[in-house]
Amino acid sequence: MTSPSRSDRPADHVDNAGAVTNPRLGPVGWLRWGWRQLTSMRTALVLLLLMALAAIPGSLVPQRTSDPNGVIQFQQRDPETFRVLDSLGLFSTFASPWFSAIYLLLFVSLVGCIIPRTKHHLDALLARPPRTPARLQKLAAFQTAPTEADADTAIEAARVLLRKQRYRVERYGDASTGSISVSAERGYLRETGNLVFHVALVGMLLTVGVGGGFGYTGQRILVQGEPFTNVLASYDSFTPGRFFEESALEPYSLRLDAFDATYEFDLTTRAWHPSDFTASLGTRLPGGDWDSTDLKINAPVRIGGTDVYLLGNGYAPVVTVRDPDGTAIFSGPVPFLAMDANLTSRGVIKVPDGLAEQVAFSGFFYPDPLALSDGTFTSFSPYDNGESLLSLFAYTGDLGLDDGVGVNVYSLDPTTLTQIAGGDSGTPALQLNEGDVAELPGGLGTIEYEGLRRYVSIDIHHDPTPGWALLFAALVLGGLLLSLFVPRRRVWVKAVTDAGVTRLEYAGLARGEDPTLEAAVTELARQHREALGEPEPRMEP
Amino acid sequence: MTETLAAYSLVAIYSAIAVYALAFIAYVLDLSKRTAVAQTAPAVAYTGTQSRSGGTAVAERTTVAAVAGTGATRYERIAFALTALGFAIHVASIVLRGIAAGRVPWANMFEFACMGTVFAVAVFLAVQLWRDVRFLGAFILGLVVLLLGLSAVNFYVPITPLPPALQSVWLVIHVLVATLATGFFAVGGGLSIVQLLQARREAGGLAKWRFLGSVPASDKLETIANRVIIVGFAFWTFTLIAGAIWAERAWGRYWGWDTKEVWTFIVWVLFAGYVHARATRGWRGTPSAWLAIIGFAAVLFNFTVVNLFFSGWHAYSGL
Repeated sequence: MTSPSRSDRPADHVDNAGAVTNPRLGPVGWLRWGWRQLTSMRTALVLLLLMALAAIPGSLVPQRTSDPNGVIQFQQRDPETFRVLDSLGLFSTFASPWFSAIYLLLFVSLVGCIIPRTKHHLDALLARPPRTPARLQKLAAFQTAPTEADADTAIEAARVLLRKQRYRVERYGDASTGSISVSAERGYLRETGNLVFHVALVGMLLTVGVGGGFGYTGQRILVQGEPFTNVLASYDSFTPGRFFEESALEPYSLRLDAFDATYEFDLTTRAWHPSDFTASLGTRLPGGDWDSTDLKINAPVRIGGTDVYLLGNGYAPVVTVRDPDGTAIFSGPVPFLAMDANLTSRGVIKVPDGLAEQVAFSGFFYPDPLALSDGTFTSFSPYDNGESLLSLFAYTGDLGLDDGVGVNVYSLDPTTLTQIAGGDSGTPALQLNEGDVAELPGGLGTIEYEGLRRYVSIDIHHDPTPGWALLFAALVLGGLLLSLFVPRRRVWVKAVTDAGVTRLEYAGLARGEDPTLEAAVTELARQHREALGEPEPRMEP
Repeated sequence: MTETLAAYSLVAIYSAIAVYALAFIAYVLDLSKRTAVAQTAPAVAYTGTQSRSGGTAVAERTTVAAVAGTGATRYERIAFALTALGFAIHVASIVLRGIAAGRVPWANMFEFACMGTVFAVAVFLAVQLWRDVRFLGAFILGLVVLLLGLSAVNFYVPITPLPPALQSVWLVIHVLVATLATGFFAVGGGLSIVQLLQARREAGGLAKWRFLGSVPASDKLETIANRVIIVGFAFWTFTLIAGAIWAERAWGRYWGWDTKEVWTFIVWVLFAGYVHARATRGWRGTPSAWLAIIGFAAVLFNFTVVNLFFSGWHAYSGL
């Protein structure tokens, strides 16, 4: 940097007479000052640490994105606290204004840092290694020793040696000035890696922020033999990205042909541990034929631009309810949700129309029933050995399905209903093995447990970003490794001739972390002396 | 067969804990007997190394270069031999468990603890090849005995087959690298603690902590800690990426702010902060050492409290 000429000296310059006036900043000045502050390393560091701090609530409170049920449970458990926390955005921490503010400022600061550094680095890449400092004594690992060799020869040897060690080299000075030197620099990849790392982080943010908006995710329970077509109405639940359009769904079909679960019995804990889940999936692209493929956990099926994931599984007893004349009013598989590792499951059957009253059943399914001493059941294993048991309470009354409010098909609120079987109703619970038929109390009709099917719950995702995210992740890692482990350093070898005696001087300068600089300069000096055919330099600190 | 090998593995773990405990005692004895040994400066002096200026700092640095590794007592040699022995038994225990299980031996909380501690000791031993940091033995071995002992008593579970959710090549990679990074952070955190003590002593405090006279100066410690931590940081970055790839395969999204993901992210950001602090004026030295210690505390928190008490998708503690 050159010293400023007299006319543009600041007012408080030491040579200026008179009072010191603080500089007045206009709007542009303030903007520039703000920008400088924002893009300073210190600010970036504080923002970084703030971001770590701000992320903590996201792990303490259930998040809508990762644990929507947890959020609902929280709300039911403690509506007051929920209201307060929700107004602070704590249930969507990572989309909240304060978290967004931190990372957006951080990334603005980052961009403000990358741009000038990129320009600076490009200049450095094009420039020659800088002029050798006049006094090397002040630099790291300085060593000096007299030499018999001619100054020019010595420096040429040093140049060749440094070149071989992948330094960029430049000679300065000539014999007439009594000082010849070679200036060398290496490790430009360190800064390149640094810039790649930071640019890739920005790329990652854009990928997730913008690309993620084109995706969607939906869930569906797929019962054996009941095909699913990929249209919006077929989903049990569906979460579109910001830019999702329904036309993006490709109407392929899926069908669960079979489901095999393997368990191992652990003698020590007397528990069944799953060792494999395999769903045999029929797939059909629009206009094509059914094809067969296996779906496993950790091995999604890719079809029609989406990925299909296996989440859960369970049993779906096929139940038929008939009116007193024997006409089937309701018939079909009913998925029961697993409650434990042995697939003791819970489910609900609702029959709003066709019988004299609205009827609902709620109860348990035991794949491998085992009677307990208190008259209840448990399931001894998750396997169905043909003796599976359906144990149901029956209710009559208004099921609340007619008033247009969405009702969860897997739950039943019995408080407004009249219990007609099981519990305190005076009639025992209906217990059906596969193939059994039971009379409903009050001559309402019959219920039959006809057969058993498996079901799986699947997750269907479309996300255009993973390829990009992986690319940027690779760049982040690669850039990081370069910026952390490539030493950037300058090294100088100078031959000073004074009164006919030539002395060699060696010194280095670390640019960033460089714990091996001293060793590198010492080794260079040794090799250089060896190349000149001279003994180990006598160290003169 | 499986039960027999698993039983041998458990015996080996308890044996390793016992040997480590003895090593820990010997390291503590060594520290308590150590005295500052001042020697004359060696032939090559450091001239103009950046950072700290002033004559006293330079004098101290030259003293330390000569002293490192010489202020120790014979307890240290005993402790170091015991550490190596304990490490061998520890490795044998993990290998036995892996053979007994017929899978990689890092699939539940007990096994994670065995792996994390074995890497902490491995990194501690490996760093000796490069710099003598045996004074850190009391810290590392104390930590390892504590973690391993608590895990063996509270988290031990018999071998179970891998649940379908863990049947993935990414289990091998992701968890292995995560535990390896933990080992580096442990050593880096320990060095940073000693650095803080040393810095206080250099400022005129801690006069009674005589062993500090035989360990390197605080800026030297900072350099060693930094090398260890940035290796850990690189592995942690890889852990995060490998975890995201696995999450994409298993759960259909590569990032979903699951509690474990949140804490992995927090740890990453803290150490990113550490790396930046080392390049920021006013943040080198003591502030960056605090960051390294906070980062390691977050790693421990992520491994213990998050695994045990936070609900989330990473529910693999096996408890």
